[in-house]
Amino acid sequence: MARLAFVIALLALIVVPLGGQTLASLQVPYRQFRLSNGLTVILHQDKSVPIVAINMWYHVGSANEKQGRTGFAHLFEHLMFEGSKHVKEGEFDTLLESAGGDNNGSTSNDRTNYVIQVPSNALELALFLESDRMAYLLDTMTPERVNGQRDVVKNERRQSYENQPYGMASIELDRMLWPPAHPYSWPTIGEMADLTAASYEDVVEFFKKYYTPANASLVVAGDIDLDRTQALVEKWFGEIAVSPPVEPVAPPAAILTSVKRKTLTDRVTLPRIYLAWLTPRMYAPGDAALDVTASVLAGGKNSRLYKRLVYDTQMAQDVSAYQQSGALGSSFNIIATARPGRTIAELQTAIDEELARLRREAPTSREVQRAVNQTEASFYRAMERVGGFGGKADQLNAYYTAGGGPDFFAEDLARYTSLSASDVQSAVIDWLPADRRVELVVQPEAAK
Amino acid sequence: MTPRPALVKRTRVIPVLAVVLVAAATAIAAQQPRADRSKPPALGPAPRLNLPPIQKRTLSNGLPVWLIEAHEVPLVQVNLLVLAGSGDDPAGKFGVASLTAAMLDEGAGARDALQLADAVEVLGASLATVSSFDASAVRLNVPAARLGDALPIMADVALRPTFSEKELDRVRKERITSLLQARDDPASVAPMAFARTVFGATHRYGTAAVGTEATLKGFTTGDLRTFHEAMYQPSNATLVAVGDIRADAVVPLLEKHFGAWKNRGAPARARVPDAPQLTSRQITIVDMPKAAQSQIRIGGVGVPRSTPDYFTLQVLNTILGGSFTSRLNQNLREEHQYSYGASSRFEMRLSAGSFVAGAGVQTDKTAEALREFFNELEAIRKPVGADELAKAKNYVALGFPSEFETISDLTSHVEELIVYKLPDDYFSRYVDSIQAVTSAAVAQAAAKYVLPQQFAVVIAGDRAAIEAGIRALNLGPVRVMSVSEALGS
Repeated sequence: MARLAFVIALLALIVVPLGGQTLASLQVPYRQFRLSNGLTVILHQDKSVPIVAINMWYHVGSANEKQGRTGFAHLFEHLMFEGSKHVKEGEFDTLLESAGGDNNGSTSNDRTNYVIQVPSNALELALFLESDRMAYLLDTMTPERVNGQRDVVKNERRQSYENQPYGMASIELDRMLWPPAHPYSWPTIGEMADLTAASYEDVVEFFKKYYTPANASLVVAGDIDLDRTQALVEKWFGEIAVSPPVEPVAPPAAILTSVKRKTLTDRVTLPRIYLAWLTPRMYAPGDAALDVTASVLAGGKNSRLYKRLVYDTQMAQDVSAYQQSGALGSSFNIIATARPGRTIAELQTAIDEELARLRREAPTSREVQRAVNQTEASFYRAMERVGGFGGKADQLNAYYTAGGGPDFFAEDLARYTSLSASDVQSAVIDWLPADRRVELVVQPEAAK
Repeated sequence: MTPRPALVKRTRVIPVLAVVLVAAATAIAAQQPRADRSKPPALGPAPRLNLPPIQKRTLSNGLPVWLIEAHEVPLVQVNLLVLAGSGDDPAGKFGVASLTAAMLDEGAGARDALQLADAVEVLGASLATVSSFDASAVRLNVPAARLGDALPIMADVALRPTFSEKELDRVRKERITSLLQARDDPASVAPMAFARTVFGATHRYGTAAVGTEATLKGFTTGDLRTFHEAMYQPSNATLVAVGDIRADAVVPLLEKHFGAWKNRGAPARARVPDAPQLTSRQITIVDMPKAAQSQIRIGGVGVPRSTPDYFTLQVLNTILGGSFTSRLNQNLREEHQYSYGASSRFEMRLSAGSFVAGAGVQTDKTAEALREFFNELEAIRKPVGADELAKAKNYVALGFPSEFETISDLTSHVEELIVYKLPDDYFSRYVDSIQAVTSAAVAQAAAKYVLPQQFAVVIAGDRAAIEAGIRALNLGPVRVMSVSEALGS
């Protein structure tokens, strides 16, 4: 449960008037400092529940991988739980569970994050564990550990992609959208052959290059004393040495100049279409407008595509639209599944007609208000949880990483509340052209 | 903004040395004092969770209201909980409770389905109409400033649904198509085949909550109306309100919108009978050609939520398959790498639900994985060591406060008290109840409920690749079940 500071907004009032009601502004107070080795630390106090979240971001993801070693950043993430010099194999999880704690990690194109949540009395234990794997992971790393997690990750790929209906489509979609040298063109889970090729030597090199204090940021949030926590962070992380800075990823330009089409077959009953465009990166102008566009198109029963495809004509079983935002670029996706007896061509015609209509005339202000008010409420809901993925600690780290400062909540929300209906129309005109996009179709295998 | 997708260390399967000594020595800054890492830092005393009190009121029609004030975030959650769920589906009408709940917001009061959705969304509210085997609920989550606008919509949805033919026809088609799509996914087929094997076709728990294609085709708006009128009544419901509210201010609001709701005679709840355990082990293969993994489910009839062994079983299952360091996950993931994750759980309902252990395992290791499952199911019947017991108890007990972070966490815990008629001090005694579990109690519970000789074993996978290996294990008679049979169609 979160503690929200209510402030009287002196700058632009970040509210959507609705029948005279206004919601409070958002503010998340924090303390930020940097250790001499370059580790950035952000502390936030929230005493509503006696738990503490330890949230570490390493600014490395699959976008930093080399071709031929795809999937490595994620495989490496798995190895971070297998023990370090002062933490025997298995102890990382055993010690935390014994204290009533939970932990997890995740890898995307742009970053790798590690989350620990413990009762407040186990704060120092969590800092010990988190710091030991930053300082001393390689001391006990072995080829056997790499082999073990390699096979676990291969099973993750089988479970989440190969054995998942339509599971291979997202991998194909990225391959079609981004040029081959662009790191978003390959899947974070990696190709099987590359997972096979990953070596112990790769682990050593990757750790030394990317898992350094200056390439990481740590958030500690929850039921903490700020001074004591700062001292504990200095105690456990201070001894880690300075390392050379990491060069930012310099991807080649990504641009679509025509329509790229492809059809896959899968062990599925119903055909599905994916339309995708290259769009502005996270937080760039256009990014928020495309979020609202997605909502106008497919958020709720009254949205343009849902109403037409699923509600009125019932030619589709489902339709979704979303702006998938990344640090190096984004994509906008529309996905629809045909009902038995209906065709992909019918779906595509209807989708294109609705996009054309939005290019001709802006949506109503009611449509935009619905989307913005939903977004606004979601910001408040995100204030309730301190730890885990998407909790307050994780979001402070995300905002810090994006460069806007940790407490970017109100500014982020303002990106949405300041939008007008014509911004949505412009976004469709500028970013969702009919003649420059990817069209991927998944058809059922012939004999089932 | 939807961030680009991330892969995680673990997901829940069920719904759950050559040391090279180079780098470290040179990587340490000499001038920094080093922390003493010879042993993990000691833990101080565990903090106590101080739960905000539950306030109880009653509306003029007798409808109970349970309230918790929690002012950290300007949000309110109001749930109307109805004590009727899929367990109350009459024979031949499996799916009616679920469909009734789903249809509540497809037109109600003076609004049609589209107008309802618009009215809710523009408030930034979310209004969910849901059901489980044991209960149904209308759940409103709304910014506190807009509660007054949202409550009349919620009351319409809960009390005055339209149940129009047109909307029923649409939702029916959507559900039938979902069942068709479930056939594509081994992870959907396996649990349905498992339920069918353990409980059978006539027992309510043997069929998915949504029912079957056949029952869905048969439903009329009359069926929905009959179920709604019989079960959705003040005498069979409770309002739960949690969040940025003051009890004295919110009760009159609730009275205004729910106080005139009338009883229509006593609702009759029939208890779902406890299903008999299988008498011997049965192996079932559901053929999913070319599947990259086999989805395995192993188990049998478990316990009702009212079991006196509840806390013991929480601890037992944490050790067996309820945590990352559990035996099943350590064995199948960390030790053998057959799987991305293995787990187990007791599905506790008003009547005895299932105990199930499961995982997705790579196709060419299916038989090996089954052998390891049975090794662990046999091993858990032997006494558990003190360290392992302490770890599991602490994991459950000390982690308990994290289950009370959000207002939706709080309301679902309050719902649990009501549905299962738990004492008011249940949550404040929870930690002590877990810590009181003994090794002997765990051993007794394992002997009583983990019965590998009588368990059903269901494998949804590529039959051509896995059948010979499964038969060679000699676990018991092997039968092949079609996907249609698994789905009850």
